[in-house]
Amino acid sequence: MPVSFPAGVEYLRILPEIILTLAGVLIMLLEAVWSDQRRTVFAPISLAALAAALWAAMASSYGPAFSSMLAIGGSATFFRALVIVVGLLAVLASSEYLTRERANGAEYYALILFSVVGQCVMVAANDLLMVFVGLEIASIASYVLAGYLRDDPRNNEAALKYFLLGSFATAFLLYGVAWMYGLTGSTNLSIIREVLLSSGAPSLGLTGVAAALIFVGLAFKISAAPFQIWAPDVYQGAPAPVSAFLSAGPKAAAFAVLVIFMVHFGATAEQLQPVLWACALASMVIGNFAAIQQSNIKRLLAYSSIAHAGYVLVAVTANSEIGAAAVMFYMAAYALTNIGAFAVVTHVARKGERFVSMSDFAGLSRRQPAMAAMLALFLLSLIGVPLTGGFFGKFYIFKAALDSHLVWLTVLGLLNSAVAAYYYLRVLVLMYFHEPGEGAEELPAAGASLQIAVYACAIGTLVLGILPDWVLDYASKAALK
Amino acid sequence: MPALPAAVPLSWYLTLSAFLFVLGVAGFLFRRNIITVFMSIELMLNAVNLTFITFSYKLQQVDGHIFSFFVMVVAAAEAAVGLAIILTVFKNRQTLEIDELDSLKN
Repeated sequence: MPVSFPAGVEYLRILPEIILTLAGVLIMLLEAVWSDQRRTVFAPISLAALAAALWAAMASSYGPAFSSMLAIGGSATFFRALVIVVGLLAVLASSEYLTRERANGAEYYALILFSVVGQCVMVAANDLLMVFVGLEIASIASYVLAGYLRDDPRNNEAALKYFLLGSFATAFLLYGVAWMYGLTGSTNLSIIREVLLSSGAPSLGLTGVAAALIFVGLAFKISAAPFQIWAPDVYQGAPAPVSAFLSAGPKAAAFAVLVIFMVHFGATAEQLQPVLWACALASMVIGNFAAIQQSNIKRLLAYSSIAHAGYVLVAVTANSEIGAAAVMFYMAAYALTNIGAFAVVTHVARKGERFVSMSDFAGLSRRQPAMAAMLALFLLSLIGVPLTGGFFGKFYIFKAALDSHLVWLTVLGLLNSAVAAYYYLRVLVLMYFHEPGEGAEELPAAGASLQIAVYACAIGTLVLGILPDWVLDYASKAALK
Repeated sequence: MPALPAAVPLSWYLTLSAFLFVLGVAGFLFRRNIITVFMSIELMLNAVNLTFITFSYKLQQVDGHIFSFFVMVVAAAEAAVGLAIILTVFKNRQTLEIDELDSLKN
């Protein structure tokens, strides 16, 4: 086989990953040589790197890179921009928390950058090897992030559960990949697609088993039922800004990979439709009905994120171009809303995360009107009230499902949204119509960077709700390529 | 590539790797010691490697070999992070029983 060296333009196509990796390494090096007083620069460095990577991702030309290991197209560009924005917001939401816990270390920022690199590789992958490597870069960094405060037993437990179940899931994904390789003779997704379409395609039964194993691995990452057990514990135990990051970035990347597989596996993926159907329904039902019983706000958001994974799976089940566009739009709306909500929780929780139960949010509108209003907006978007991004997200998902004749799934999904309104509204009622509890402490104003993160999320949620065409037009075009 | 002894058909290797994989899954689900659970995951990864190598031999390609090297490298990185996490858990709780880690609940 002739050896071809990558052309210059191929390096430009992975410029976001290069920038983020170099910035991460630079931060680790600076930490070693600099004294403690200069620790405040790590956040600005990572923000600058993420902004540069965002620009590089948006400006990147379309096409394959590195012997077609990666393929930059509309969908990859959309998801790369999304995960980088998630990284940006997570860094902004973290600095108040890290200062408060006296844990302002360089490795936190480096780990966020590395995790974003992994997610970028995942969403741009055109080879099963790259899917695996990207997934692991993203996951290993996030295992450490989940247990960032190493003296906090809650953090330890979250990290351990995330690590054990995450590695378990990866093993399933890999076993599926190994069989897919054996059956088709290649790990390159374009070649696999051709082989599966050709007359000499391996039997659908065998490729179906391989695809199902791969789906199990991804279902863990998107916390879809019945593989959701880790999510509540991890989101509750991990530092609040890390939960914000984990519930948005890795999930969006895993959904991007799922959509890539649906496109490339063709008939093999289609025969998994009943499985996807059942997983989507189970995630919605388990997520929503378990969320009703929660008294811890982080746990409530965790179960709500399981339910939202169910909604997005409805769009994946539709397996159409509109469905793929709906996945992109929903993930963008969901990521902004969820990071915003977790950022407000980060602020209200105070040092050591003592105030994370529902009752601690009673009367928040009187103690901190601006933050309460923002959280209210995010909760309304999670319900799917018009004028918020969540409304159009759900609208497009159920429209895609109806176009693919998934009438029952649509009806059940809509019923589930009604159930979900109950527990989100409960938090709203607590914030606006209840007096602050006895033990409520004086809440200092939120730090500047946390405020920027919260308001940016709020603006994004409103823009997606009022002018959805901006993003949807892009997503629809991207889904066609 | 040197030929395998003719007496051992390739399907046996696949059966063995499937058996090892299931053994790993069973170990993960039923063992209660964190280290054993972690070793079960490593067993699953090694079963995957055996599958890759078998297919690579059958297809007379090098791709599967390369993939298995990637799996090994990533497994090593994962082991480093995983053992560090297990150490901090043990330091704070003095236990390695997975059932005793139940402080996170509603």
